[in-house]
Amino acid sequence: MLAMLAKEPAYGYDLRSRLRSALGPLGEAMNAGQIYVTLARLAKAGLVTSQHAEGLPDRPDRRVYALTPAGQQRVAAWLTEVSWPRPDLTEFHLKLVAAAAARLADPVTLVDAQRREVLRRLRDAQRAALERSVDPVVGLLLEGVVLRLRADLEWLEACERMWINRDRTGGTASP
Amino acid sequence: MTGSALLKARGVSRRYGWGSALVRAVDEIDLEVPAGQTLAIMGPSGCGKSTLLHLLGGLQRPTDGEIWLAEHRIDTMSERALARLRRHHIGFVFQSFHLMDELTAVENVELAALLAGQSPRRARQRALHLLDRVGLADRARHLPSALSGGQRQRVAIARALSNEPLVVLADEPTGNLDSAATLEVLRLFEELRTAGQTLVVVTHDARIAAVADRVISMRDGSFADDSRLTGTTTSGTGTVYGGWR
Repeated sequence: MLAMLAKEPAYGYDLRSRLRSALGPLGEAMNAGQIYVTLARLAKAGLVTSQHAEGLPDRPDRRVYALTPAGQQRVAAWLTEVSWPRPDLTEFHLKLVAAAAARLADPVTLVDAQRREVLRRLRDAQRAALERSVDPVVGLLLEGVVLRLRADLEWLEACERMWINRDRTGGTASP
Repeated sequence: MTGSALLKARGVSRRYGWGSALVRAVDEIDLEVPAGQTLAIMGPSGCGKSTLLHLLGGLQRPTDGEIWLAEHRIDTMSERALARLRRHHIGFVFQSFHLMDELTAVENVELAALLAGQSPRRARQRALHLLDRVGLADRARHLPSALSGGQRQRVAIARALSNEPLVVLADEPTGNLDSAATLEVLRLFEELRTAGQTLVVVTHDARIAAVADRVISMRDGSFADDSRLTGTTTSGTGTVYGGWR
């Protein structure tokens, strides 16, 4: 959000369409409410300021949002920071361990459920990439999403092999 | 044959070896594929999915169980009748394309129709039509060696369609393809799915899920999970990625 404001101040509505055009189908899930809630939070944190727009009597409530100096610093730091969104594998792993240890659930069933969800997401991303009308730059993002989900599926296969063997040998699942 | 399933397996097993060396490649599988369904059977290598596909296509015979294609019971058919049924009603697509290197694209596609007894003129017409359908009308006179991997696989798919098969069976169709060529094949499968072609794909490539109505996960010769991927992502909290949150 901050990065979308870095170029120039904008109305909340403009921010939403900037995000949508940057993210393609992935940006569709972002609704107007989320945008304004986030803007309010950023304002509270001192990263964003806003003021009423002049000369629009028919839309008296429109506000223009802009970065504060602190907000600009944050964007600059974000641009140079090497990070990668990290799915919470640890939590899922702990679920499997706990489920097996306490015999609360069959870990392999948990893996199946998780795989179904990942497969569904992979299908959605791959289907979006199959659209001939998809912008090649957005297509590149979708390819990245698909590759990561395939990696998740491979890891789930490894989880499955592990927990099936533990079941069969009657081994305990202490970490 | 009961129900509306086009392809049906009941209690199908395929075992190799004996005693302690016994391998259950396919272990008492029940399966019904309705006409028009695109089914992906996924699993790690060695899970028995290729053997299952060979059994469904009459390339191997089961140790136990029954297999039906439409009204034909194929596991007990004579070799001759089975070969005839394969030629007329089943289209095969393989990982390594299996094209004849010395024949052009159009000759490869029309070969199946010629073997099934069609006139050369009609076979050629149909082959050209199919190449057009897979987007390769301008490559009809090329040898396979002059085509990219994705183009070769599309020729192989055109060939699989040449006798208007009841079902197309594909074994790792994207296994030898890079991501651009995989996209070409997926688009083609999507067109087949939309056109109502019954299609069974065994693969470890999860991208096939993009064009499947149903995904079965297989391990150790049995089905572990059977899911219909209708609707969209269940937890709609944000982006397509983030299945773990």
